[in-house]
Amino acid sequence: MNIAALASVSLQRQSSALRVWRGSCQADVWLAAAREVAEGGGRLVSLWGCDRRDGAGSGHFIVSAALATGDGLLCLELPLTADNLIYPDLTPHFACAPRLQRTIYEMLGLDAEGATDFRFWLNHGDWPGDYFPLRREASAREDLSGHEVVDYPFIAVEGDGVHEIPVGPVHAGIIEPGHFRFSIVGEKILRLEERLGYKHKGIDKRFETMPPLQGHRLAGRVSGDTTVAYAWAYCMALESATGIEVPRRALALRALMLERERIANHLGDLGALGNDAAFALGLAQFMRLKEDWLRLNDRLFGHRLMMDCVVPGGTEADLDAEGVVALLAQCNAIECEVRALRDLYDEHAGLQDRFIACGRVTPKLAARLGLTGMAGRASGIAVDLRADFPVPPYADPEVRMATHRNGDVAARVIVRFDEIVESLRLIRHWAAALPEGPIRAEMACPQAGFGIGWVEGWRGEVMVALEIDCGRIRRCHCHDPSWQNWPVLEHAVIGDIVPDFPLINKSFNLSYAGHDR
Amino acid sequence: MWKILHRIAKTGIVSEPSPALDDGGAECTQIGAELLTILGRALTIREVDAGSCNGCELEIHALNNPYYNLEGYGIKFVASPRHADMLLVTGPVSRHMAFALRRTWEATPDPKLVVAVGDCGRDGGPFGEGYASLGGVDKVIPVDVVVSGCPPRPVELLRGILAAVRRRSP
Repeated sequence: MNIAALASVSLQRQSSALRVWRGSCQADVWLAAAREVAEGGGRLVSLWGCDRRDGAGSGHFIVSAALATGDGLLCLELPLTADNLIYPDLTPHFACAPRLQRTIYEMLGLDAEGATDFRFWLNHGDWPGDYFPLRREASAREDLSGHEVVDYPFIAVEGDGVHEIPVGPVHAGIIEPGHFRFSIVGEKILRLEERLGYKHKGIDKRFETMPPLQGHRLAGRVSGDTTVAYAWAYCMALESATGIEVPRRALALRALMLERERIANHLGDLGALGNDAAFALGLAQFMRLKEDWLRLNDRLFGHRLMMDCVVPGGTEADLDAEGVVALLAQCNAIECEVRALRDLYDEHAGLQDRFIACGRVTPKLAARLGLTGMAGRASGIAVDLRADFPVPPYADPEVRMATHRNGDVAARVIVRFDEIVESLRLIRHWAAALPEGPIRAEMACPQAGFGIGWVEGWRGEVMVALEIDCGRIRRCHCHDPSWQNWPVLEHAVIGDIVPDFPLINKSFNLSYAGHDR
Repeated sequence: MWKILHRIAKTGIVSEPSPALDDGGAECTQIGAELLTILGRALTIREVDAGSCNGCELEIHALNNPYYNLEGYGIKFVASPRHADMLLVTGPVSRHMAFALRRTWEATPDPKLVVAVGDCGRDGGPFGEGYASLGGVDKVIPVDVVVSGCPPRPVELLRGILAAVRRRSP
């Protein structure tokens, strides 16, 4: 890890194939390292806090920043003393920092010094502002009734003919809850402000009650559409903390499932995007393909969404010769159908008219705001963990990253089409040459340890940081790429018209559950 | 246009025969007729996500795909609770969604049915109860039928919806 600011800090490399370094430092070094990473084109993957006090007056609160650099992931810890619970504001360097920092305050009462937005984010007023659920003294069983939801001070746009449209939290479809406040003139959107947190369930606190060997089940339910990526990231963290080796066959099966999850979501999104542009045939056709896809998941792995299929030490289900044949046959059939449907989409003038130039995020804006994952790749941000920091079996074959520079709905459609074809290629390759051997290594629960899992889910990079102490989970932090991309959506819609919002929103398809936790 | 028509003709009708009910009762093609007798009209459903992981939503979406022929039975998802006969609620109910869920329920005209979806809708599932999660849907509004599963398969959802309607049967 080549960071000049960290010359005096000892960094430890995590014991896994993943390129992760970890170290602890004081505030000035912490901030200098973050600045250096930002200036070098790196990104803030996540920011979270932890209560590491032991109840006997020693130990600290910690704020951790996970920074992606050209070498790998740097997890930098900043211990805070009890009389000074503040840490440096990272907003000047990373656009995604403010909401993460507001959340750290709500969860632990730690303040970002220099931050300007003090509005509560995940706490809507249903529990007291000085109740910090992730502090050790909080049991999560306190009686918190009697608190009323408070008004959220949205930023108002003023001027002739400007008015507001409030939308949600209950939306007019089968959609997750969240609130959008549009300031518009005529039909044109001047400003969108999001209000999220409706699905906050206190997952981080819940982890503290889970045995570490069962945590993958909860991690796999942070965002149901990304269950394989989360479960894998959790297991990766746990396996790194324990230092065990996962059998090669299990790794191939995990990757195979991850790519199947990517394809399932892309198929669903491509259908829904057609539908949002009034091309109902697209929805019917893609949902038919997705259903075929999910049914084979059910047959091969015992679950349509592959929940609980990735487990600590390996995988739950194996694939037999007959399964491989069915899987390969389906890859061929789906590829044929997807190519035909892509032709229909490409040649449909009405559809392309809605897609092109709609919800545009230019590469420059994307870089400044830290757009990530699939949406980032559609705006020229060539980042994909599968290609950048491949863990087995990803280096063989190498992943051909799909990118585009237009950054509009059309580009996000194209990247999805390209990624389906690439994932099919990967699945075929692995399925045809599955390594022999066991699918699961025996695992004992570690007494103490720390590990990070980092996986390129279909939406973007999912990160899990797991800390085990006395055989229990002290802290499990699950990060969804939606944290980075929700703020960018507010920019993507500026200048577009309100009726295009569902289409633009769908083209990002961000997770509410994964963000709210 | 030719390609679109060709694709429609080539795909044909993929809808499958309806599933049998758990209690060994009628197939849901007959339920279509029963719906008219019981409700005097088609069944309209308003889906409310009260805090799920979004897995249940994926399966509710799947229920609307051509294989399950939902609208063929006279079942339709609608945008407003004021147009709905039934609320299909996924959980656990987060503390933040309790108010919106109660108001959605109040806005639904009587007589109304509530189907709680998934293990989380049943009792909070893996999320349980805590400072931000209230647990099952029945903590906030009365529930007629629970469809367990994580998430329940589309066929199980269909069975649950039909079971709720049949309970209204005179």
